[in-house]
Formats: sequence, C-alpha cells, structure tokens
Amino acid sequence: MVQRIRLRYAKRGRLRFTSHRDFARAFERALRRAEIPMAYSAGFSPHPKISYVGASPTGVASEAEYLEIGLARRVDPQAVRRELDAALPPGLDITEAVEAGPGSLAERMHAARWRIEFDAPAPEVAAALAALLATSQALVERRTKDGRKLVDARAAILAATVVDPGNGPEGHQRAIMDAVVRLTTPAIRPDDVLAALAAVGGLARTVPARAVRLAQGPLDGSGGVSDPLALDRAMGVGPVGTGVREDATQLDEANS
Amino acid sequence: MRTSGDVESLFPRLEPLLSRVSKPIQYVGGELNSRSKDWQSVAVRWALMYPDAYEVGLPNQGVQILYEVINERADALAERTYSVWPDLEALLREHGIGQFTVDSHRPVAAFDLLGVSFSTELGFTNLLVALDLAGIPLHSVDRDESHPIVIAGGHAAFNPEPIAAFIDAAVLGDGEQAVGAITDVVRDAKDDGASRVELLERLASTGGVYVPGFYDVDYRPDGRIAAVRPNRPGVPERVVKHTIMDLDEWPYPRTPLVPLAESVHERMSVEIFRGCTRGCRFCQAGMITRPVRERSIEGIGRMVEQGLRATGFEEVGLLSLSSADHSEIGEIAKQLADRYEDDKVSLSLPSTRVDAFNIDLANEFSRNGRRSGLTFAPEGGSERLRRVINKMVSKDDLIRTVTAAYSQGWRQVKLYFMCGLPTETDEDVLEIAEMAHDVIRAGRAATGSRDIRCTVSIGGFVPKPHTPFQWAAQADPETVDSRLRKLREAINADRSLGRNVGMRYHDGEPSLVEGLLSRGDRRVAAVIERVWRDGGRFDGWSEHFSFARWMTACANAGVDIGWYTTRERSADEVLPWDHLDSGLDKQWLWDDWQDALAEFEQDDCRWTPCFDCGVCATMGTDIQVGPTGRRLLPLLARPTSGVTVVDGATSS
Repeated sequence: MVQRIRLRYAKRGRLRFTSHRDFARAFERALRRAEIPMAYSAGFSPHPKISYVGASPTGVASEAEYLEIGLARRVDPQAVRRELDAALPPGLDITEAVEAGPGSLAERMHAARWRIEFDAPAPEVAAALAALLATSQALVERRTKDGRKLVDARAAILAATVVDPGNGPEGHQRAIMDAVVRLTTPAIRPDDVLAALAAVGGLARTVPARAVRLAQGPLDGSGGVSDPLALDRAMGVGPVGTGVREDATQLDEANS
Repeated sequence: MRTSGDVESLFPRLEPLLSRVSKPIQYVGGELNSRSKDWQSVAVRWALMYPDAYEVGLPNQGVQILYEVINERADALAERTYSVWPDLEALLREHGIGQFTVDSHRPVAAFDLLGVSFSTELGFTNLLVALDLAGIPLHSVDRDESHPIVIAGGHAAFNPEPIAAFIDAAVLGDGEQAVGAITDVVRDAKDDGASRVELLERLASTGGVYVPGFYDVDYRPDGRIAAVRPNRPGVPERVVKHTIMDLDEWPYPRTPLVPLAESVHERMSVEIFRGCTRGCRFCQAGMITRPVRERSIEGIGRMVEQGLRATGFEEVGLLSLSSADHSEIGEIAKQLADRYEDDKVSLSLPSTRVDAFNIDLANEFSRNGRRSGLTFAPEGGSERLRRVINKMVSKDDLIRTVTAAYSQGWRQVKLYFMCGLPTETDEDVLEIAEMAHDVIRAGRAATGSRDIRCTVSIGGFVPKPHTPFQWAAQADPETVDSRLRKLREAINADRSLGRNVGMRYHDGEPSLVEGLLSRGDRRVAAVIERVWRDGGRFDGWSEHFSFARWMTACANAGVDIGWYTTRERSADEVLPWDHLDSGLDKQWLWDDWQDALAEFEQDDCRWTPCFDCGVCATMGTDIQVGPTGRRLLPLLARPTSGVTVVDGATSS
C-alpha cells in the first residue's frame, strides 16, 4: 500500500434504503469498474483495503458517510472521486476525496448531526423534545440479532432544536428537528430518538419521519460538528499521483 | 387500448411504507444499468415480471435480455416488476397501492403489456397475487381495453393450459425476436384503434402467439381430452415456438443489471450456447430449446469484457445446459483464464458432466482461487436407471473423475441425483449409497487423508411436457420419501464412510404439486385460484408452501391430483399441450419413451447422424457448433476521457 485516500459519500433519495452490506458490495464493484489500483490484503483470499467508518442505519439518508481505501499506486484523489462517483448508481454519491493525513479517521468521529423531518405540527414535536431533554435517561428497546436490548437515547443527545419550516407540498404541517448526538457504542440512531420521543414525550409513533445525517466528526468548541477531513486537507498532499488507469495516462502524455 | 395520458409514480405513497418492511432496497430500483424512459415518448409499454422475489428474479437472464432489447427500441419501453413479500403486500392492500414497477414505480395496470416469465410452475400463484394487486381482472374474459395484455413466456409457458384462464396469450421459445414482433403488432393496433379482441386476433394470426381464448377444449366422458380446436377463423391449428439462429447477433444482456440488494447469483452470466442434444429424457429444457446453437469464442470474449466493464462483478458464469459441451470450451477456458488471471475475476462453469476433461477445465477456472467443490450430476443411482434416463455415465467414469479431482486438490465433491424416475426401484436408489461410499474410498486413496467430503443432493423427479417422460407416471410422495429414508440408512450403515457423506433432499410433496401444474389442463385453473384465495403464494419457498392447502383446493375443485400425476398416459391420449409445437415429433418422443422402458440409449446428434427428433425439419433450423479455431478478440481500447490527471493538471 503506497497511498491512503479518505472519501466522503452520500446516500440520497430512494437509495437511502441501501444497507451497509449492500453499499459495501456496490462499492467494491465500483472500485473494479473504475479500475482503481487497490492494494489487497495478503493471504489466501485477498481483499481490497477498505475501512468503513460508522455507517448510518438502513433507511436513513446521509450526506456524511466516510471510508478509507488503500492504493497500490499513487493517484490523484480527485480522479478517484470522479471515477468512483461515475461507477456508482445515482443516489450513492462520492462527494469528497482527500489523501489521508496522520491518525485514524474513526477516532475523529465524536458526534453526528441529524436532521429529522416530521409530518406533524412543530409545537407538538417541540413539546415532546422538551420533555425528553428534561429527563436524564430514556431507555428504549432495540431489536438486535441476539434479541432485545435497552439503550439510553437521552444521554447521547448533546443538543436539539425544533423549527417550523412551513407546510409541506401537500399542505400538511411539518417540523424539523436538528440534533447533535454523541457517537457512543452502541451508536444512538434516529429510530431510538423517535422511540424516546414517543415514550417520554408522548409523540405518536405513527408520525412519518425522515432522517438524514448532515455531518459527523469532531465536536467543535461551540457544540457543533466539524469537518473530520479538515486535518487531512490542512496537511496538504505531496506530489499528486497519476490518473486512475496507467494506459490512459500514457495516452494523455502522448497527446500533450 | 391504453390511452397516452401520463402516469404518476407511486413512489411517494410507497416510500413511507418501506421502512416497515424487510429489505426495502429490493423495491426501490435504481440499479446500475437500469433504465427509466419517458412514458410519453414511446408508443408501446411493457411491464416485465419475474413472478418470484426480487432476489431470485433480478438475476434472471430472460427478463434482463428482454428488458434491454425492448428498451433499445425508440418506440417502446420496458420496466420490471417482481413479487412483493407478504409484509409489503399487506401494506399495499391497506393503503390501496397497486403492483408497481421498480424502475419508475408506475402501476402495472397502466402498461400495454404485462409479460411474465415462468421458469417454474410454482410461480403460478404469484401471478394471481400480482394481477389482483394490480387491479387487473383475474380472468382474461373479464378484461377490457383499459387492461394490459397479459403474456406468459419462459419454459413453463410450453404448457400454459393450467393458467390459460388468467393469461391473454403465451409465447413459446426464444423471446429476443418475438418481443419485437409483438411490439410491432401492438403499436400498429394502437395506431389503428383496434379493439382488444382485434389485437389478440392479429397476434394469433402470426402463428407465433398462443391465445388460449381462441381455442376450445372438448373432453371425453372418461375425463381425457377429446380435442383442442380453434374457435374462430384465422387462428392456426398449432402454435410454433420461436428460435433465434445466430446467438452472436443477440449479445444480450450487454449491460447486465447490478442489484444493490443481495441476490441468488452474485455474478455476471454469459450464455455460451443455447439448446442441448444430450437427450436426457427427464430434461424439459434440453428438449424444448433444440437445436444446439453456440455463441462464437469471439462473441463470448466480447460479452465477458463489456459485461465486466459495465458491472464490476468479480465472477463470470459461462451458462448453458451443459457448458463443457461447447466445441471450443477448452480454448475458451484457457484464454479467459489467461486474460483475467491478474484481475481477480473468477470464472465458473455450472452444469458440467462427469469426465476427466472437466477437471482440466475446473483447474483452469480455479488458477488463482480455492479448489473447494466440484459438482457432478449422474442423476440416476444405478447404471440401469441411467440407461433409462439416457444419462450415459458409468460408475467407473465417476470414480476415475472424482479420483482425479481429489488428487488435484479439490476438497469436496457434490453429486446430484433424482428420485422417483420411471421404472425406478428401491435398489436403484440404494446404489447411490454405494456410489457415495466408493467416492469417499477413492478420495481417501487419492489423497492419503481421511478428511474427504462428498455431498449427495437429491431432487424429486417431475415428468414434464414435451419430453419422452410426458407419458410417465409420477412417483407418489410416500414412495419417494420412503426410498430416501432407506437411502439415508444405507449411507449411514457404514459409519466410517457415512459420516463423510452429506445428504440433501426435499420431501416429495411439493414435487406432486409441481407435477399437477406441469402436466395439468385448463381444469387445474380452479385449483390454482382456490389456493391463491386461501392465501397461497411463493409456492417455491418451503416456508410458504402448504401441501394441505393444495390438497384442500383439489378436493373442493373436484380435481383428482393422482389422475394428473401418478397416472401413466397411453399413446393415443391427446395431451393438453399437443397443439403447442416445440418442434419435437410426438411419434419420436413416444419411440424414445419406449426405448427408455427397454433401457436403450440414444446418441447425441452433434456427433452422430440426425435421429429425426423433428425439431430442425419442422422449425427450419440446424445445429450450429464449432470448432471455429478462432481466438478471443483483442481487448477493446478503454475510453480515456475525463480520467487522467498528471502532476495535478487535469486533462480530459
């Protein structure tokens, strides 16, 4: 492995229903279509070097998913971003690529910012949220492979507000919640927050809600979530690599 | 006919339901290489259905081929629809949402045509679920100009009589050209303002589209069919199957669909030839897809190359009914293995036969991978039974082949058999145990290791239309189950060998229902409808299949399942599918059936003179096999635009 590249990607629209396993399969195929010169693990069945960081749950859209890939040859991160984005179906979009700086990406992920849109009057959602924030603990049940377990949906919430964005296209009332949630183990999901709003705040569980992860990364001094790739970007990069495909490079050199 | 008004997507109403169902990704579409054409821009709109779950239906080659062929036309579009699982079905009913396509989430009821591809008869109840969900009347006679034309295709459409009441038409054979011809007729009929009946008459008059409503069936007092006759002028006595003659002209799918959801085949498939003349008497696919037509080595090379580039799959399956029989398979295997050795692309060859040449092929295909398992299909337990079914493999061949496999590093051998074959006795089936024991002994001798695995996988035999066994009595489930019990005991009788043998089988009950649907006539429709009304769907899935539900429906519909399944037919009986022409001569099939009973084998016409099965003579076709002596084409130059960055300067 001679180079590591960190990628930010989005899960949008109908492809928000892509599970993490589904994404991983699609991403590995995209690597092959785009002919990214991947580094492979040693051993009997070599795997391309890919590390995923804290994937969002199935059904939740995201603007801020991250992963890191290891390459066998230096290439320009922007070429990787462009080629991979073209090789993935629209809705799974690679939005940023930077050469990895020092340190682990996963260790920078302290909190996530979610936007949850409800089809319900804003005062109702705000009241439920106020009730939730007034408690110190809100245990909700989550179904896992090994049965059910309780997680605390309250403790992880660092800040949350509700605004009224005006009525939706079909005239229905809406509320938008903006929440900063600490990335704990296990990670608290939008579903857990919804369950807590129902259990503690009395918000009907049938209210349709759509969640999108807007950001994840280090906490900044003012309680916001900052860019986890800022450090890599600030480090700058050394000599930029070549294009993704060696033969294409040669053709272009011949033309220039 | 359908009007040209725009059709709204159901997705906004579907989306809130998706977080409440399992694996919602299967319902959203948006797969790599999927298409979504403008509704208003075309004259003819097809909904293509595979009547099973998305994970099974998406990889289906037939649907993918037709999807691409239709969408390449400027005047037509095709979208796909699959069976929805019961969790979503309940929600769709609760919210009044109809069967939808995954591409643009348009209601299936809004299309001109609903083409349904049946690989197996166990998909029939899923057709009814989809029709009902779509708001399309269940019975063809109740449909009017506002409803799609429902057309069945696929292998099970070679006897569509059990679903004749539910479909408007059926097409036999290769679909590539047939969909084009049907699209033309539908487009012209819409231009002319033709009625639904006029359109069906035009389709029927081509001779290549079966419209069941234009045929009457008369029965004899004993219940057998007296005659099937056209009930109006301009309708042919017999409907013929379609055959494309040059596979290289139809290199589809060019850009295979890549699902986001996990599917049953996580690989790309290239069909290397169509048809088979090995003449296995149980095999409907081999009988109805004659003659053999090979794709050229260049055509295969180009499809593999373009398909991999379009999909990013890491495995390529070279498909056909007996892939090792391609006249240039050795060169194909070697040259593809050479080409992709460094690319971490693996090649696989399903459907192979029992001989040493196969091991060489398998070795080529596993150059940079693990030599895990090899599969062989002797099909019949005894040499006598293998003569009956015309599967000419001797026990010595098998032992020689598996010895070679084990000694070259293969760790596991899987053997496929059938139970319930014509003339079969307990002794024939018990020989499977001896064979499995001998395989373990041979493997231990070849490797010096006691840790040798052999899996015996057994399916229940179901007699199929258009085969020499179409007259045969199907074994009842009790017989099949009892033979399999005895076989298990015999395998385990020797503990030291038996513990290295795995045995996989299904019980005989689903096979009996498959038998009813395979050789049924129009009177079986009442059973299918009752089963569906009683909640039957996904009958190919053991967790959804209910034998009791089928038996209750037979009793209530007055249908004797034994009469349709375990009864042997006589030479003079009119079979429900006799008016559907697969090209096979009925007398030849009967003679082959008699040869089977006399334990006479039949050669393969690729290597011996024509034995007059009838296909080429009636269909105007010919076998097309190599070798051509040619090589894979050179790789195409890759597109270079927008790719390259040198020293930070973008040039495109």
